[in-house]
Amino acid sequence: MGKLNVNLCGIELDNPVIPASGTFGFGYEYAELYDINELGTFSFKGTTKEPRFGNPTPRIAECTAGMINAVGLQNPGVEQVISRELPKLKKCFHKPVMANVSGFSVDDYAYTCQKLDKEEQVGWLEVNVSCPNVHGGGMSFGTQPEAAAEVTRAVKAVTTKPVIVKLSPNVTDIVSIAKACEEAGADGISLINTMLGMRIDLRTRKPIIANKMGGFSGPAIFPVAVRMVYQVANAVSIPVVGMGGVSSAEDVVEMMLAGAAAVEIGAANLVNPYICRDIIRDLPRVMEKYRIESLSEIIGGAK
Amino acid sequence: MKQSIFTVLSNVALTDSVYKMVLGGDTSAITAPGQFVNIQLEGMFLRRPISVCDYDEKSLTIIYKVVGKGTEAMSGMQAGKELDLLTGLGNGYDLSLSGDRPVLIGGGVGVPPMYNLAKKLLAQGKTVSVILGFNTKSEIFYEEAFKALGCAVTVTTVDGSYGVKGFVTTPLEAMDYTYFYTCGPEPMLKAVYRSSKTSGQMSFEKRMGCGFGACMGCSCKTITGYKRICKEGPVMKKEEILWEN
Repeated sequence: MGKLNVNLCGIELDNPVIPASGTFGFGYEYAELYDINELGTFSFKGTTKEPRFGNPTPRIAECTAGMINAVGLQNPGVEQVISRELPKLKKCFHKPVMANVSGFSVDDYAYTCQKLDKEEQVGWLEVNVSCPNVHGGGMSFGTQPEAAAEVTRAVKAVTTKPVIVKLSPNVTDIVSIAKACEEAGADGISLINTMLGMRIDLRTRKPIIANKMGGFSGPAIFPVAVRMVYQVANAVSIPVVGMGGVSSAEDVVEMMLAGAAAVEIGAANLVNPYICRDIIRDLPRVMEKYRIESLSEIIGGAK
Repeated sequence: MKQSIFTVLSNVALTDSVYKMVLGGDTSAITAPGQFVNIQLEGMFLRRPISVCDYDEKSLTIIYKVVGKGTEAMSGMQAGKELDLLTGLGNGYDLSLSGDRPVLIGGGVGVPPMYNLAKKLLAQGKTVSVILGFNTKSEIFYEEAFKALGCAVTVTTVDGSYGVKGFVTTPLEAMDYTYFYTCGPEPMLKAVYRSSKTSGQMSFEKRMGCGFGACMGCSCKTITGYKRICKEGPVMKKEEILWEN
């Protein structure tokens, strides 16, 4: 059987499959369904300095081969994440976990990362500079190379854990932003966050989502994600985590050929809660079919 | 929660736009009336959450209104069709608070979850009254089904074409009861909230992403904190409800 293990910023993963932040909570809902230790790791719900309710509802709209969400970073805040959520997570997941962090100022990011840095189970800090659903923060840091670099530097200064910066696709030049993060000390890049989208209800003639716009995800955005992962992986020398519409073992392999060292899976979890487990179990079949002996050997294989 | 394949046993129209589908499969994850299932449909990305009307060990009944592409596709399904369902979602109604004479109030497609609830309350020896609210006579369904169970049934229509003219609150205000359970459109829930004389439970509806608590798509504020309609709901106690507008 082929080798599924990969290395992500110095930490070994049994396989490259990582449920993406915002689609997997803190793990325990899914742990009722299957042993989530089968996963490479997972990226937990985006955490901010203060507790947040998020946006008004409706927050969800369906699209062809995808969905739009405008949840708006609902989370209990870093203090409660550490005191209430991580102890529950620890009971069902025994591997290093990826902590996803968002903020509204450079200081916010640094504050939250510094707190999470002290948590033993946190393996990586995934710094989200790409949330399209909040004003005055989130994506605004990820659309300018200098702003993304500033957040990266501030976070690197407060942690010894690997810092992965999660980028937005809603930009004109993804490569310049990725490079700026690398130069600022990022240990990895993850992309793509959701694409800004919108749906309108024909009956009410109003946007379906209360926040009007939201983040478009699902299989429909996969080709955009593959393209951007390819562009970034060819421009930086740090590991890239690929995501965006991945929903099969074939997609995982394609994303890795584009240059991803590991692969996150988001929207697909919401439709089939077992999808990550199923993909991991299906990977050996796909590897055999395409004569892949080790997944780590195919990273960036598409030239 | 459980994911499993169900087979359509029957699918019949009850009115012009409301259908009743019986599905055969493993119902072991369903623990209370008022819970819902989330149905995967071909060609559609998100599942369709629909409340359970009735269930036994081997089958469950759903009653749904055709409102969009998903329910339109469902209305054309024949017996034998296989569907992927997540079952046992949501909290469901708490029967222990009903008292001896509960009243069940259903409005439109909020009527179905009242059916298994009525069955369960009757089995506990309660005297169950039911108020079914519809817009007009042609939209009425399940009046006879509730009567056959042994409930005292009052039907209201907004236009007065059948039963009591007006809203469900008209007969409710004249009624004597120990507790209420309700499901229906939000304006109706609000009216019941205001005119009810006792405590009670109401089931809410919201656009959902996953239906099992992962995406935070259906969150709401309550007096006891933030809740997910799909996980801590859809049933809320009167005392914890915080009307957003």
